[in-house]
Amino acid sequence: MGLIVRMYRSSRASAHSLTAVLKIAREHVDAMIAHAREDHPDEACGVIVGPEGSDVPTRLVRMINADRSPTFFRFDPQEQFELYKEMSTAGEEIVVVYHSHTSTEAYPSRTDIALAAEPQAHYVLVSTAESGAAEGPISVRSYRIVDGVVTEEEIDVTE
Amino acid sequence: MSVEVRIPTILRTFTGGAKAVHGDGTTLEQVLDDIEARNPGLKDRIVESEALRRFVNVYVNDEDVRFSGGLNAPTADGDVVVVLPAVAGG
Repeated sequence: MGLIVRMYRSSRASAHSLTAVLKIAREHVDAMIAHAREDHPDEACGVIVGPEGSDVPTRLVRMINADRSPTFFRFDPQEQFELYKEMSTAGEEIVVVYHSHTSTEAYPSRTDIALAAEPQAHYVLVSTAESGAAEGPISVRSYRIVDGVVTEEEIDVTE
Repeated sequence: MSVEVRIPTILRTFTGGAKAVHGDGTTLEQVLDDIEARNPGLKDRIVESEALRRFVNVYVNDEDVRFSGGLNAPTADGDVVVVLPAVAGG
C-alpha cells in the first residue's frame, strides 16, 4: 500500500545502541497509523495491552479521545474503567500507550511528560504533521517516561 | 470486612508494592485517611486542596465518584475502590 513509515532515533540514541527496545507486531504499527490518520486533525489515542509482566503487546484497543482536540487527549474515564476491568479479568496490563501529534513531531510534549503515569508502558507517538490524513510519510517513535525523564528506545517491528 | 482500595502501579511505591490495601470508613475520604495512616504520602497523590486531583479517576464499585459525591461518596464494607491515573497528554 506504499506506506512510508519513518521510525526515527535521536542522534544521541543512534550514537550508541539503545538498551531499551519496543518489540511490536507490524499489524499493530499499521493499526496505530491508520487510527492516527482517521482522527487527524484531532489527536488519536489508545493502548496495546498484553499479559501482565510480559512486556509483549498483544491486543490493540482504540480509545475515545474525550477531549476531541488537535492539541490534547484524555481517555474517556468510563471507557478506561471498562478497559481496567477487562485487563484485571484477563491478567493483562497496558504495554503500549499511543497517541498522535497532528502538527508537531513525534516527541513527548511537556504535558505528555507531566501526565505520564504508566511507568511500565512504552509511550508511542505517531506524528501525522507531515501528511495529515493522506498517504505519505509518517513518523512513529517510542519512549519510556518515568518520573519526568524521557528515554527514547528502538522499535523492533516483527512480521 | 473493610473497603478494598486497588492501587495503580505508579502509586505502589507508597504501599510497599501491594496492588490493593484495605481501609475503613463510610465515605471515600474516611477510607483514604485510614489507609494514609499506614501508607503515608498516598493520599496526597490522589487528593489536592480537599478535592480529587484532576488527572486521577476514582471509582467506588462501578461508579465514577465524580458523579457520586467525590470525596464524600459513600462507602461500605465489601466495597471496592479503584484508583486509575488518567491517561492523558497533549
